[in-house]
Amino acid sequence: MFSAAIIAIFITMALTLARALLGPTVYDRLLAVNSFGTLTVLLIAVHGFLMGRPAFLDIALVYALISFIGTIAVLKFFEYGDLGPGERVSFDEEQE
Amino acid sequence: MMLETVREGLSWACLLSGGFFLVAGGIGMLRLPDFYTRMHPAGVIDTMGAGLILLGLMIQAGFSLVTVKLLLIALFLLFTSPTAVHALAKAARHGGLEPLLVNTEENDE
Repeated sequence: MFSAAIIAIFITMALTLARALLGPTVYDRLLAVNSFGTLTVLLIAVHGFLMGRPAFLDIALVYALISFIGTIAVLKFFEYGDLGPGERVSFDEEQE
Repeated sequence: MMLETVREGLSWACLLSGGFFLVAGGIGMLRLPDFYTRMHPAGVIDTMGAGLILLGLMIQAGFSLVTVKLLLIALFLLFTSPTAVHALAKAARHGGLEPLLVNTEENDE
């Protein structure tokens, strides 16, 4: 039963990876990587159940946290051009 | 004995339907023409796929600390993945990515 779920997760990972490679715009790639992160969370959780190791769920939880932070960090880089503390001229202010 | 088979069957059904939604979301991620349309299958993967699989695991685990951890993961995913995809859409829109309004010939696929 768990192996069926793991196979489904692997198939979806392959499809998401294909979108990440094909993705014309950079935002497609980030969307695919974000979904890939969630899929990894599921893979760790299901694998923990398959191997009878409940401690894997903590790893899955931390992975979900990190993948979210990573996505937001990359987005901040896209929006403001850098992650540094420099004066942040976001896209809106550039309009004026 | 009866409860055991019901629990087994239920978690089996949840895991399989979760897997189905995952694969459906993955195919959608690949085939949909535009970035803004691809956000929908990303949502399908994050909510339905992950939710059903975690639910299946929760049923499998019964009432224990493991279920609490699974609930925390599901709750966390429920809050963060829409936020991340929203921020992504905002950044894409600000980055000047035009939505594909009519299925013109010159788009890539």
